[in-house]
Amino acid sequence: MYNKINSADISYLKSIIDDERVLSGVQITEDYSHDELGDIKSYPDVLIKVKSEDEIALVMKYANEHNIPVVVRGSGTGLVGAAVAINGGIMLETTSMNRILELDEENLTVTVEPGVLLMDLAEFAESHDFLYPPDPGEKSATIGGNISTNAGGMRAVKYGVTRDYVRGLRVVLPNGEIEELGGKIVKNSTGYSLLNLMIGSEGTLGIITKAILKLIPLPKITESLLVPFPSVTKGIRAVPEIIKSKASLTAIEFFEREAILFSESYLGKKFPDTSSPAYLLLTVDGNDREVVDNELTSVAKLCMELGAADAFIVDTDERKDSVWKARGAFLEAIKASTTEMDECDVVVPRNKVAEFIEYTHGLAEELGIRIPSFGHAGDGNLHVYVCRDELGSEKWQELLALAFSKMYKKAEELSGLVSGEHGIGFAKKQYMHDLYGDTQIELMRGIKKVFDPNNILNPGKLF
Amino acid sequence: MKIIVCVKQVPGTSNVEVDPVTGVLKRDGLCAKLNPYDLFALETGFRLKEKSGGEITTISMGPPQAKESLLETVYMGADNGVLLSDRAFAGADVQATSYALKTGVEKIGKYDLIICGKQTTDGDTAQVGPELAEQLGIEHAANVISVDEIDGEYITVTVNLDSVYQTQKMKLPCLITIEKDACTPRLPSFKRKFATSPDAVVVYTAKDLDNLDAERCGLKGSPTQVERIFPPEAGGDRVIFNSGDELSDKLFDILSEKKFL
Repeated sequence: MYNKINSADISYLKSIIDDERVLSGVQITEDYSHDELGDIKSYPDVLIKVKSEDEIALVMKYANEHNIPVVVRGSGTGLVGAAVAINGGIMLETTSMNRILELDEENLTVTVEPGVLLMDLAEFAESHDFLYPPDPGEKSATIGGNISTNAGGMRAVKYGVTRDYVRGLRVVLPNGEIEELGGKIVKNSTGYSLLNLMIGSEGTLGIITKAILKLIPLPKITESLLVPFPSVTKGIRAVPEIIKSKASLTAIEFFEREAILFSESYLGKKFPDTSSPAYLLLTVDGNDREVVDNELTSVAKLCMELGAADAFIVDTDERKDSVWKARGAFLEAIKASTTEMDECDVVVPRNKVAEFIEYTHGLAEELGIRIPSFGHAGDGNLHVYVCRDELGSEKWQELLALAFSKMYKKAEELSGLVSGEHGIGFAKKQYMHDLYGDTQIELMRGIKKVFDPNNILNPGKLF
Repeated sequence: MKIIVCVKQVPGTSNVEVDPVTGVLKRDGLCAKLNPYDLFALETGFRLKEKSGGEITTISMGPPQAKESLLETVYMGADNGVLLSDRAFAGADVQATSYALKTGVEKIGKYDLIICGKQTTDGDTAQVGPELAEQLGIEHAANVISVDEIDGEYITVTVNLDSVYQTQKMKLPCLITIEKDACTPRLPSFKRKFATSPDAVVVYTAKDLDNLDAERCGLKGSPTQVERIFPPEAGGDRVIFNSGDELSDKLFDILSEKKFL
């Protein structure tokens, strides 16, 4: 068991950090008791709005010596309860550590503090003619959070995920020691990659205080095609064919009309086309007008051969805005359409996406509940939402558990995994355990023990 | 019903650089696009055609490459396009532009309705539409947010006068300019693109236009003298005028969007 925070602890914390940044009891607002999905709730005893690595190191040293649990929180946009203080204790909030420290144009890297928001980093990079390719839908997430979940996003088809863009990290270990992992280097065969272990560890192994991220030159042209299909099956079954055609696409997104209609009412803005039941949104980028045009034309032709009703051109800022804004709002829009929901962020091999989506449609019918979905069809990562709507509490819990266990079982059958980009956190622990089995979970526990023998950093998460 | 929609090709980016010495827009290497305001005019036209049938012709004055923008209107839903392109038209201000468009419209022939965007993103005058109506001697309404009714004889529209909305009934033929965000414009279609012949857009030079008075065209026909062009200062904070509940709702939305709440 952990030690409960007492007044002596608070006095000490206030002696090393400004009073007004150390909050306790009723000073901590409700927002800090949960993350974006909201169904896992627990307040920290103390909330510290940290400003520097030194502060974090001092707090960790103290917490480790006094057996107090610590959880790190960025913007709180997580979806699996990873940043919820389920054991109380100390919460370190990093959004004040939001400086972009250096742009190194010779090494093509940018060095940032963990609280920098993804949208601010993207804008900074673009204003210097660079691209930070990871592009998760939640733009107000912090980079620290993105690294901790190995966030993916829509450009993963061509550019990969957050892990592929982290060159180096500075971290505070659970005992307060500070270590640098990786660096501004491109290659690294120097022992185990502790850097990669830290990425995606959901705040359980160390606290990121600085990140060196890789940038690429900004492609001059980025255009999309919005492709309507006469049926969900036709749309989703076109994806493997498009991939097989070797088209060089940055993003392949799939969504159904239902999601568009929700986002229309959520944003109060009409989508350019809602005449078809299913859509693919395909993006091409490049530096040569002719090459991009040819690519778009051949993909449009292919889609129409595969049964698409048309292929609409999304080329200007205004058109991109009208389409991508709606796409970016799907999660919030589906959330606003129901009383409560839970999300399955499953990932399957790309050629199994259609089978999985069709399975969720059958499941919705079988269980008599609504299961809308959308997702990154091009990389096999789907976001499937089980909606409570008007169900009573008991029935909801029962059907939710049933729907989830069936979906993860199906994912396993298709050689998929529990989470593509949102992580395991608290909410999906059991499903990961079921899928990985004891051996892999024990290996993970062993790693955790080496980093954090007293189990004070984000305990109760992942396993 | 015969509808004419006026469009313009403008620089493809809002980050237009202005040469600090000459005050001229640096167009080199810039991609071009349809004036975003014109998309609402086009969409209004397409919807009227869907409802009442007829034909939509788009018209533009510009350099030869503006043909691309007119073809794009065909990919969106227009039946055909007309480009007025001649060195004689170059350097035109609003008066000379609307004069050239007038002769172009007369060349197209009989029409029931002319639709323009409210303004362009490069010139920003919002005057060409109303001035074209004056040159043609027809009625017009600017800043239209909706077409409420149309029959063979009259059109009823709602006009945004900032502090009030005004309903206006006009006899056809007439001209309307469409307010930004009056509707969501449709996207250009590859299906239509594959089916479109390049002949869908005809190009007229000065000599193709009947009764054209060369003195009223281009730089010669432009009473406006440009002293200096400079980009407007980028807007910073927003000022929102509204009252009570509406204002608090708007503020709440903005703060939520920025994740302050």
